[in-house]
Amino acid sequence: MPNTGSNEPRPGPPLWLLAELTYRCPLQCPYCSNPLDFAQQGEELTTEEWIRVFREARAMGAAQLGFSGGEPLVRQDLAVLIEAARGMGYYTNLITSGIGLTEQKVRDFKRAGLDHIQISFQAADEAVNNLLAGSRKAFAQKLAMAQAVKAQGYPMVLNFVTHRHNIDQIAEIIELCLALQADFVELATCQFYGWAELNRAGLLPTREQLQRAERITQVYRQRLEAEGHPCKLIFVTPDYYEERPKTCMNGWANLFLDITPDGTALPCHSARQLPVSFPNVREHSIEHIWNDAFGFNRFRGTAWMKEPCRSCDEKHQDLGGCRCQAYMLTGNAANADPVCSKSPHHGVILQARQEAQAAGQGMVQLTLRNEKASRLIFRG
Amino acid sequence: MKLIEREQALALRRGFRLQWEPRQDCHVLLYPEGMITLNASAGWVLELLDGQRSVALIIDRLVQRFPGVPGLDEDVLAFLEVARAKYWIE
Repeated sequence: MPNTGSNEPRPGPPLWLLAELTYRCPLQCPYCSNPLDFAQQGEELTTEEWIRVFREARAMGAAQLGFSGGEPLVRQDLAVLIEAARGMGYYTNLITSGIGLTEQKVRDFKRAGLDHIQISFQAADEAVNNLLAGSRKAFAQKLAMAQAVKAQGYPMVLNFVTHRHNIDQIAEIIELCLALQADFVELATCQFYGWAELNRAGLLPTREQLQRAERITQVYRQRLEAEGHPCKLIFVTPDYYEERPKTCMNGWANLFLDITPDGTALPCHSARQLPVSFPNVREHSIEHIWNDAFGFNRFRGTAWMKEPCRSCDEKHQDLGGCRCQAYMLTGNAANADPVCSKSPHHGVILQARQEAQAAGQGMVQLTLRNEKASRLIFRG
Repeated sequence: MKLIEREQALALRRGFRLQWEPRQDCHVLLYPEGMITLNASAGWVLELLDGQRSVALIIDRLVQRFPGVPGLDEDVLAFLEVARAKYWIE
């Protein structure tokens, strides 16, 4: 990807389009990346508005399209959206909890041209899964739907968000994924945005938990490689245990474009919380949004940086880390991501690690993501 | 790494799609939540994989298309081995 510094006339294309079709969801996962105030967002885009967004982004070069949410299956027009997007040449990904999916829908979406289905699990253990999901029937439904997805010939990604309450079951999680014939397995340690940030003390694993899980994952990788098994295990570490920040989203508004249910365009899922104004697809074209909108140019390149990033010889590697994390943890989105040990705010990360070392909260103390909690948090 | 047999017929892995992307001016290989940008020669080889044609036939086609390129068959075999090791093709 070209570096879109201040001397570059035009950014590269938004290769990845994420369509957050709705914030409605039957589950209540306490680590959901949706904004805390999701219950107060505006009206969802119509079918026609979404199709226009897909067409405009495709013309800009978008090739991967994720249908996400909330739970995208809640949208009654999902098959219509899939068919339109596939017809434009997108690789279409359905990112779902599997709740609300049926064998008939799996077939209908295939006919509409859907390329891939990702199912997220909360745990490999039925009781833990259902407690975290806030649903008693979630686990059995997920198993049935994973089998239906494979039976219809889709490639399948299984996604597990891991945290202190399930990461010790990493071997069971991997075994379950292999039994379900997943093509890719995402073992994604919780990233602390949205509801996960609210519940951080109850979710962040200890360093020992994390190291053990990585070690076990590595053993499975070696075994799969020796067997010539195509399943790929992707392990995402939480950056709280790093000394350098992640190159968040591969750079601000560099290849990722997120459209939220009400049409607000964002350079990442959680950017809405920043004190930056973001454009809406109801008012502007995707071309204008991507190339010219203030919010999309705000943190492109490196010209916006303050010290210690500005004079740092690693600034082109991590681009200062995550703007949302800088904002959440230091109060200023232009600060260095405090994950960086060069940040004067790195102490907040050290403190979070210490808190994880302590007993932490039990699962029942986590705040579940639902409308009631969202309205309570944002009473204004 | 297992050697590629010339009489084998190969195809893209299930769920993988080869596509020309005008905005990137290249072929890309699309797969669940990912995309590999291909150089021109990788694109020419992969677009001939259909699960029917043998590797030998694919090499013949490429030799006809690019006559006089030295070591073309070895390059194709080496690329296919890498592609199979990465599970792009099967």
